[in-house]
Amino acid sequence: MPSTINEYFQLMPFLIIGIGIILSVVIEISSKSSKEILPWFSIILFFATALYSITNISEHAVLFGGMVEVGGKPAIFNFIFNLGAMLVVMSSIGYLKKYGTYFGEYYILIQSSVLGMMVMAGSKDILMIFLGLELMSICFYVLAGINRNKLGANEAAMKYFLLGSFTTGFIVYGIALIYGTTGTTSIQNLIDNFGEYSSNIIFVTGLILFLIGFSFKIAAVPFHMWVPDVYQGSATTVTGLMSTTGKTAAFSVLIIMLTSIFTLNSANIFKPYFSAIAVLSMFFGSIVAISQNNLKRMLAYSSISHAGYMAVGLAAANSYSISGIIFYLAAYAFMNIGAFSVISIIEGENDSRTDINVYAGLNSKNPVLAAFMALFMFALAGIPPMAGFFGKYYVFVGAIESNLTWLAILGVISSMISVYFYLRVIVFMYFKDAEENFEIEVAPYSLSSVVISGVLVLMFGLFPDMLLRLITAVVSL
Amino acid sequence: MSSVPMEYYLILSAFMFIVGVTGVLIRRNAIVVFMCIELMLNSANLSLVTFSSYLGNPIGQIFVFFVMTVAAAEAAVGLAIIIAIFRNKLTVNIDEINIFKW
Amino acid sequence: MILDYIPIILVLIVAAIFGFAVVFSSEIFGPSRPNKVKTMSYESGKDPVGTTHERISVKYYLVAMLFIIFDIEVIYVYPWAVEFKNLFSTYGIFAFLPMLFFLVVLELGFLYILMKGGLKWD
Repeated sequence: MPSTINEYFQLMPFLIIGIGIILSVVIEISSKSSKEILPWFSIILFFATALYSITNISEHAVLFGGMVEVGGKPAIFNFIFNLGAMLVVMSSIGYLKKYGTYFGEYYILIQSSVLGMMVMAGSKDILMIFLGLELMSICFYVLAGINRNKLGANEAAMKYFLLGSFTTGFIVYGIALIYGTTGTTSIQNLIDNFGEYSSNIIFVTGLILFLIGFSFKIAAVPFHMWVPDVYQGSATTVTGLMSTTGKTAAFSVLIIMLTSIFTLNSANIFKPYFSAIAVLSMFFGSIVAISQNNLKRMLAYSSISHAGYMAVGLAAANSYSISGIIFYLAAYAFMNIGAFSVISIIEGENDSRTDINVYAGLNSKNPVLAAFMALFMFALAGIPPMAGFFGKYYVFVGAIESNLTWLAILGVISSMISVYFYLRVIVFMYFKDAEENFEIEVAPYSLSSVVISGVLVLMFGLFPDMLLRLITAVVSL
Repeated sequence: MSSVPMEYYLILSAFMFIVGVTGVLIRRNAIVVFMCIELMLNSANLSLVTFSSYLGNPIGQIFVFFVMTVAAAEAAVGLAIIIAIFRNKLTVNIDEINIFKW
Repeated sequence: MILDYIPIILVLIVAAIFGFAVVFSSEIFGPSRPNKVKTMSYESGKDPVGTTHERISVKYYLVAMLFIIFDIEVIYVYPWAVEFKNLFSTYGIFAFLPMLFFLVVLELGFLYILMKGGLKWD
């Protein structure tokens, strides 16, 4: 027998989602009412996987001859992916009818993309990274253009597809060069012999191509040009998924590939690269977001600047800053999904009502939604004691520990700039009178998604130790 | 007859990659851009097969199988997206597909 | 090394000369008296209809896309089939089950297309 039955049992999170996808396809082709069944089925799947992952963090193991890693860091990432996807599915139930894509396939695609992310976060071999990345990206291309009658969705899908597969070209060529110099695709071998390889120019070229590819995926400047258009054109719930879990998956690969190299060898040859993209992304995102009136587009630029703050952690690359990044990713995932759920509730038919004027006087129309939106905006701005503050705090402290104080100071300046456009939304909601009258239909599932995200953001903000202790325990594995 | 040196394949592959990147950057027809992307993937495949053959281990060739499958899946999705946009807009010129501006 | 390529270059040169000679000799020596019927494009003797730039039905693209996907999956089956004897003697039935699972998932995709009417042609 090639591998023991026990190894398959340890792959439980992958098995749950994988078998879930197959069953979902069977439900889709055999049942007329698959649109009503599949959301609930997906929610159960995601919840089961999230629960399994968070309770099995200590069961760390490397399986199948060094291909897949379970437990430890991958378990925490799986928790973020699955809980995030669950919240997105909950807010999609009411939204999709409004958006005009009432398909069962939507949920199957979300499940498949989550499987891809899980493979990425759990990979110990470059082959697995590539497969997971493509599974995730191809599902995202389809999800971005899920409504094929909308020109905006078409344009978003096409831009995302062309730039995404352009990136894939870089990544594959980089992998080819890495394989050519090392003779294997195992990441463990890369870590063990990094000092020996790092003097080889072909190897370094390959690694840089690989990093450029993933800089596209995390939406860092100067590889950000697709982000605003894709985030604005796609369905709001899909944007919520892409901007949070997709970014988390790309960061998980960067963490897997690079941190072990950094921790074993003190010389961080990529410090200039990550410092540069961090500074560019932070300032570009914060400054351009100020002039945006469309809320989805504003959050897209804010997503670019958040990628910059996280890249500060990669430049610092000590165990403290890496746990900071993971904490930040978890916090960012829930506050952003919450914000996009609120937008998806307010949004009307035909992509209307995504401008900031619509939010004027929201407090008098629906105080609950306004309160939660204010909470998410405060959290995104990084105002203590919200989750976003501690994410930034841990990353910046890690940067100071690695003698990158100037980077931390620039980060603080950039987050001060970004407070302006987050607070602008709050000012509109609380201190302006409504310009137009419209009915807000609050679907109960969407509201519960908002509430769950809000509770998680508050929890991470008030008791950051709870999550941080889990992360620091596994970060050096 | 002596065998072809490894450098020849690698130079050809690097050349193909550069042609692909240049094509993506300067061509304006979505289908042609997509063909250039496929050229980039195929240049990587050529490198992988070359390394695999000269290093004498099969991992590179297995990788090529996966790259080919992924490229096929990407081609299917990409053609579907391009057809969808052609039906709505009656053009596949990527300069004319620009409703989003900052 | 370079000397090995000389025969190939010779063949290319001879082929190029022959090709040019055949094409241009008729142009140079033949009489040229064009009229309307002669310059018309040739469609098996009938009068030509429409332009050459016809749009192709979108159904062809659909079938082409499905073909690409199912065609390419065969590359996984082929190496497995070549090595099956060795695999079977080492792993027994476990050399067979993974491929069965792979094919079942693949057929599920086919079933999905069939049930959704992806192969209907009208």
